[in-house]
Amino acid sequence: MAEAFAIETHELRKVFGDQAAVKGLTLQVKQGEVFGFLGPNGAGKTTSIKMLLSLVTPTSGSALLLGAPIGNRNMLRHMGFLPEHFRFQEWLKAGEFLELHGQLYGMQARALRSRIDELLERVGLSDFRDKLLRTFSKGMLQRIGLAQALLNRPRLVFLDEPTSGLDPVGRRLVRDIIHELRKDGTSVFLNSHLLSEIEVTCDRVAFIRHGEVVRVMELSSLDVGQVNVSIRAKGLSPEIIAGLSQWGWNIQADGENIGMALSAESAMPEITRYLVMHAVEVYALTPKRASLEEVFIETVGKDGGL
Amino acid sequence: MKNIWIITRMTFREAIRRRIVATGLVLGVCFLIMYSIGFHFIFSQVTKTAAALPSPSPAAVTQVANVEGANTLMLVGLYAVAFLSIAMAALLAADTLSGEISSGTIQTIVTKPIRRSEIVLGKWLGFASLLGLYLLLMGGGTVLSVFIQAAYLPNHLWAGLGLIFFEALIIMTISMACSSTLSALAAGGIVFGLYGLAFIGGWIEQFGAILHNQTAIKVGIVASLIIPSESLWRRAAFEMQTPLAGVLGMSPFGTVSVPSLLMIAYTVVYLLATLIIAIRVFEKRDV
Repeated sequence: MAEAFAIETHELRKVFGDQAAVKGLTLQVKQGEVFGFLGPNGAGKTTSIKMLLSLVTPTSGSALLLGAPIGNRNMLRHMGFLPEHFRFQEWLKAGEFLELHGQLYGMQARALRSRIDELLERVGLSDFRDKLLRTFSKGMLQRIGLAQALLNRPRLVFLDEPTSGLDPVGRRLVRDIIHELRKDGTSVFLNSHLLSEIEVTCDRVAFIRHGEVVRVMELSSLDVGQVNVSIRAKGLSPEIIAGLSQWGWNIQADGENIGMALSAESAMPEITRYLVMHAVEVYALTPKRASLEEVFIETVGKDGGL
Repeated sequence: MKNIWIITRMTFREAIRRRIVATGLVLGVCFLIMYSIGFHFIFSQVTKTAAALPSPSPAAVTQVANVEGANTLMLVGLYAVAFLSIAMAALLAADTLSGEISSGTIQTIVTKPIRRSEIVLGKWLGFASLLGLYLLLMGGGTVLSVFIQAAYLPNHLWAGLGLIFFEALIIMTISMACSSTLSALAAGGIVFGLYGLAFIGGWIEQFGAILHNQTAIKVGIVASLIIPSESLWRRAAFEMQTPLAGVLGMSPFGTVSVPSLLMIAYTVVYLLATLIIAIRVFEKRDV
């Protein structure tokens, strides 16, 4: 447990033919953090993850996972992985599938059995233990895949698009599970293109483009310093609008709509009181955080890096 | 060792669940029924004809005809069994690694604390056991059918069946090695292509032996070195055929030019080398 980083890569590179899928990936994921991996299609996310998981051999560069080199079998004992295309042995029953993967982790039969009960319960598939995976829906397969990734109580989990097959209830479940993992000190490496999901689950994100990390940011920094609000109201005069500057800046008025930036949400009730006192009819006053989507587009460009 | 065993069990379970075992059993039993009916009619004709031959010692002639007839007909059956085992071996293994790579089911397996070599060996052992059982059913059934109807057992029965099993293992291992890098269809295509090469090479060698043509024999030997499956069948047939058949010359199911024991040793090395290649290629493969 001594190592500071769950993942530490240095100039990891993969070349297919004459095409560099990943040019040089250098990043650090801290122990116990939930790390989001973002980038447009074709940016090299999947290849990067596959290299970290020893599915694909890097052309050059190095990486340490839990302090051990890629593919180290002792390290793999403490790692979990839910692949993007969750295709599993469909001729196995759900319980057998988890049993097989638990055995591959080297788990003892008794501990494995109780862990399987626990996880089937957690992902809502207890009633389907004896059903063949062949009969499972996409969402159910993704749930059983998630259970599979957590069998060994891993210290590091890779979740590749973990909610792509799930309905809103399933998505909520995944989010809750990630929160639980964080609470237990598990490091989570999350690849998802659902930015709203990354936004509520991750501590930090890395943006990658053309196979390189172009930016790493703390997600909490999205909230710091500034709240954008939009106001919809009738009966605004230029003087009233000008008076708003005591709470914020960057005021833009357009008919009934006003946009402005505040330093804190606490100014919002005061603004409401001010407007009402000046006989303005307020229909809406909505805070808008700078969304991850905006940052994403600003970082990787509108062309998506193509 | 434990990991290999886990994969072997998984392979067995897959064969059962995907109805490969059931299909093999049902069609195998159909084969044995058909073979037994055929044997019954042909063999009774042989004994009748032999009994009618004018001879100072009818009993001795009948005896020889019975033994030769039963032996030849049994080798016909075992030849078919050997071919079916080979087809089974090629098909079982052609899809195993390539199929799991292309579907992605391999991803959660290779990211567990298991060596890739253990995956290959586990699957290999699983298929080898399946083929052994298949051969026991088919080859054993054929021999049993002949034994019940003609009270005949060949020489070196176990050596013969063992060599046929070995032949199936060779084909299965090549199929698996191809499957570690090619698609299932390509792997199957290559294996059957090679089998065809061995088959025709074997025949060239047989004719060469009869015509005393050294060049033809050498061509056959080269083919056997490239893929030694057919030479294993010929050694198996040699072990089981009657001494008389060996003296009389070529029948489609017996053999004239007998592969030496050195050839068998070569085949063992060939099998191990192919298995090592399968492991090495799969270890380096991006999945």
